[in-house]
Amino acid sequence: MSATPILEIRDLSCTIAGRPVLRQISLTVAEGEIVVLLGRSGSGKTTLLKTVNGLIRPDSGEILFQGQPVAAQDPIRLRRRMGYVIQDGGLFPHWTVEANIGLVPRLENWPLERTAARTTELLAALGLHGAELSRRYPRQLSGGQKQRVGIARALAADPPLLLMDEPFAALDPITRFDLQRQFLDLRRTVRKSALFVTHDVREALMLGSRVALLKDGTLDLVLTPHEFLAARTPEALAFLSGLDEPWRRP
Amino acid sequence: MNTPPLFEILTLSMQHLELVLITMSIAAALGIPGAVFLARRPSARRWAVWFANIGQTIPSLALFGFLLPIPGIGGIGPRTAIIALCIYALLPVLRNALTGILGVDAAVRESAVAMGMTARQVLWQVELPLATPCIIAGLRIATVSTIGTATIAAAIGGGGLGVFIFRGLAMADTNTILAGAVPAAIMALIADEVLEWIERKLSPA
Repeated sequence: MSATPILEIRDLSCTIAGRPVLRQISLTVAEGEIVVLLGRSGSGKTTLLKTVNGLIRPDSGEILFQGQPVAAQDPIRLRRRMGYVIQDGGLFPHWTVEANIGLVPRLENWPLERTAARTTELLAALGLHGAELSRRYPRQLSGGQKQRVGIARALAADPPLLLMDEPFAALDPITRFDLQRQFLDLRRTVRKSALFVTHDVREALMLGSRVALLKDGTLDLVLTPHEFLAARTPEALAFLSGLDEPWRRP
Repeated sequence: MNTPPLFEILTLSMQHLELVLITMSIAAALGIPGAVFLARRPSARRWAVWFANIGQTIPSLALFGFLLPIPGIGGIGPRTAIIALCIYALLPVLRNALTGILGVDAAVRESAVAMGMTARQVLWQVELPLATPCIIAGLRIATVSTIGTATIAAAIGGGGLGVFIFRGLAMADTNTILAGAVPAAIMALIADEVLEWIERKLSPA
């Protein structure tokens, strides 16, 4: 494990359509760590994620990926070293599962056999078995399967960092829990770093190595899940109140 | 009552087909790249579609009248006719291609960019394949209507099946009019079927 964090965000500010969306954000993601960006809608968490792979340009501040400033890098090459997973998968509807997973390897001109072997390996790792499934189109998959394929696609070229934007939010609770557990298992074997956006405090506490709480474009706090349970800022309490005996009727 | 000889019907049908094919080639060559260009430029898009809409509202005979005196464009003959037909064919081609490209799911486009595809790769591997059914549908609409409108080309010496229709009108002879109208209708039906088949074949999955 190197001492350089995989991702370092320094004093990042960003304005979209005249509205300040991010203010002076500083955050690091260490090698192998999952940092969860937790916040309400409009708190700036997705914007922060998108500044990392250059989908959104910040006004000021700096982002270092593996020690190198991202602003100075070719965005195309940079993005191929960061896996990206979004809520509804964003799979290409006109490509088979196999073709979708092999996207970045193909862009990177991997030999065909290597891409095929990697695809098979990832399908197995995500519990998507059978050669038949790899030839299906996204519309022939269930929500959970689509999301697994989305994760497999993000992992295909073995990027050192994953960017995940509410990847499990659209799934039913049982499938979601299944995928969250599987994601944790997967991470034990491949040890990826990830920046993970969610509005679900349970998911944040379950998956995060650390939880970064965003409020109106500022970082409220960055704590481990254990510390977060004892946090007393108003925003942290607002999120934690959702955890209190949800089964009891008012 | 006198039906024109078969060889004349065939000759004028071929001429008609030629007018339609040249028109559609030009309309596709301008309309599809035009849509690709305009898809990324919202303000230019408004003007272009507005302009193409205006083109469609000019009555076809009047349009020939406007074009005739313009030096380099006008004059008697098939060239003027093709220019006028292109003005009509352009809008459905352009608008359908635009609808197809803009209709690509934003999440799909965003993923493509975020996974590290270049703008060119996004266009050729994602946007155009997904827009293909819509683009072909536009070509189909434009082709069928061009086959009909092209009968007016005869009014300015453009040839085609309209020759029979104008001759039949002048002679008040139904058979001569039908010698123009029936082959044009058959041609439109065949074109519609063929393009619909291509549309199905090229539909992604």
